[in-house]
Amino acid sequence: MWDYTDKVKEHFLNPRNVGEIVDADAVGEVGSLACGDALKLFIKLDEKKERIVDAKFQTFGCGSAIASSSALTEMVKGKTLDEALQVTNQQIADFLGGLPEEKMHCSVMGQEALEVAIAKYRGVDAPVHGHDHEAMEGELVCKCFGLTDVFLKKVIASNKLHTAEQVTHFTKAGGACGGCIPRIKELIAEVMGEEKKAVATQRPSKLTNLKKMQLIQETLENEIRPQLWADGGDLELIDIDGATVQVAFRKACAGCASSGHTAKFVQEKLREMVSEDIVVQEVQG
Amino acid sequence: MKEIYLDNNATTKVDELVFEEMRPYFCDLYGNPSSMHFFGGQVQKKVDEARARVASLLGALPDEIVFTACGTESDNAAIRSALEVFPEKRHIITTRVEHPAVLTQCRNLSRRGYRVTELNVDGEGQLDLKELEAALDDDTAIVSIMYANNETGVIFPVEEAAKMVKAKGAIFHTDAVQAVGKIPLNMAESAIDLLSISGHKLHAPKGVGVLYVRRGTPFRPLLVGGHQERGRRAGTENTASIIAMGKACELAQKHMDDENTRVLAMRDRLQAELTAAIPNTRINGGGTSRLPNTLSIAMEFVEGEGVLLLLSEKGICASSGSACTSGSLEPSHVLRAMGVPFTCAHGSIRFSLSRFTTDEEIDAVVRELPPIIRRLREMSPFGREFLDKK
Repeated sequence: MWDYTDKVKEHFLNPRNVGEIVDADAVGEVGSLACGDALKLFIKLDEKKERIVDAKFQTFGCGSAIASSSALTEMVKGKTLDEALQVTNQQIADFLGGLPEEKMHCSVMGQEALEVAIAKYRGVDAPVHGHDHEAMEGELVCKCFGLTDVFLKKVIASNKLHTAEQVTHFTKAGGACGGCIPRIKELIAEVMGEEKKAVATQRPSKLTNLKKMQLIQETLENEIRPQLWADGGDLELIDIDGATVQVAFRKACAGCASSGHTAKFVQEKLREMVSEDIVVQEVQG
Repeated sequence: MKEIYLDNNATTKVDELVFEEMRPYFCDLYGNPSSMHFFGGQVQKKVDEARARVASLLGALPDEIVFTACGTESDNAAIRSALEVFPEKRHIITTRVEHPAVLTQCRNLSRRGYRVTELNVDGEGQLDLKELEAALDDDTAIVSIMYANNETGVIFPVEEAAKMVKAKGAIFHTDAVQAVGKIPLNMAESAIDLLSISGHKLHAPKGVGVLYVRRGTPFRPLLVGGHQERGRRAGTENTASIIAMGKACELAQKHMDDENTRVLAMRDRLQAELTAAIPNTRINGGGTSRLPNTLSIAMEFVEGEGVLLLLSEKGICASSGSACTSGSLEPSHVLRAMGVPFTCAHGSIRFSLSRFTTDEEIDAVVRELPPIIRRLREMSPFGREFLDKK
């Protein structure tokens, strides 16, 4: 059984603002029957068209999807459109006292519907997000749920996600055939890389060979292996020869079709933390 | 709140008689059956009796019964054994709708160089044995086809399949976890080599299973390091649970007629009354042979988790093939393999009865489910479009 908070249960059993607004100023629709959840959000503005005076929803989905929709409509009432756009999926989850991580995509769906509704009202291009295929821009990453790199990177960055599993929980990407999981890992690395560039690099400027080897080992132990463990994998350091680092993949990583991506990830991380010239080689051992 | 328990394909109540049978073997008769003294010997006699009771339910010989820790262990042991018996053969055949205990293992093996064929099912969830025939070759080590499906209750033609497999010289295994105790089996007139059973699906406790190993079928143990179970499963026997398993099998044999008359009638009534009261439903596997206790009903425009949570509020325990209940994001692999339309794949609910189910419990579901579905359809954007059209 899901570990839903009392507030999630309460909003599921007694959802607020179910229904439609016939003369709504803005309507946002995301999701589909095939995807397994969908939300249609109706917004009514005051006479000056500034503040949201009413919000209603129709939702097809699980308990937390209904609770998230109910929470969203309660949260945006009384807000201006600009204020409403500041609502994040994390705030929707927080309003409900938290959601199980596997269900975070329900809160993301709520935030998406809100963005779409407001964009449509303002007559600007709908923001890029997963489920609205017509408005999609960027590279299609998850074919099963129709999600683009632009959308995924946005969710990865705003929620500080660092594993492919988390990305699946927040967006559903990779949750069906799993074919895009290697690409999701690359996107995570890209987002993390971009963030790292924003802060000053921590890499030391000059290293003795001994120091370098120590730093490589520390980075593997503290930074890299924990991430592999999260996906059921592991690696073993076989040898260090100058800038060449030989590793062997273990557990789920051994023989994994995407171990090439994993090796690249290890190399990127070592280059970032130790030295620009590191080359990672995968060996059997 | 008193539970209305209609999730017996997930697990069952331990029969009070079963519990009484096992109770002395914890604090009083705790001897090790392998010991030389009288204190262990008396437990050995009860374990032998349990073995005979299980064999009797299956129409098997006592020495064909190997006690394990669960159905999953039995499944794993069966497949591993066949691959060790035929180290040169690299092909495994199974179905797309197996329990993960079989399917996950096969998929892991396929990453280690084994060739795995997963047989398809049709819209009713039924197999086509022509596909099996085409897939079988001299490289096939083992074919593992479940006796009956846990989600839909669909019964597969395993006896015919076993004959075809034997003719090719491969080993035939069936996961009969859902079938044993619900429909009669007779290993004396069967071609099945290996058959898995789980205790907690037939009113024995969790943590005990059986692997039937036909006399003459070569077998290599999964667990080694002890002479127990004639060297086919090392480890000190879980005596109390094994004794419980024996009693549960004896009772299952006694209640077999009840299962196929009274329980079947309750299932059929539940199906008829729900289909009459709820528009736009379909019965998964309704057009083929099914277990007498299982009803999988697909309802359009609703999502299963919401249905289960609202049923649970009324004390009704059921299960769903819905993605959202399991933490995965797609409807169950069984419903997908059957090609259940996506309009209702997310809204499939499984009710599974037992001999402890009562008519009043069926009445409660017939009373409570239709308003729940109406409420969720009214809340759903698709449900509303559908209701508006009507």
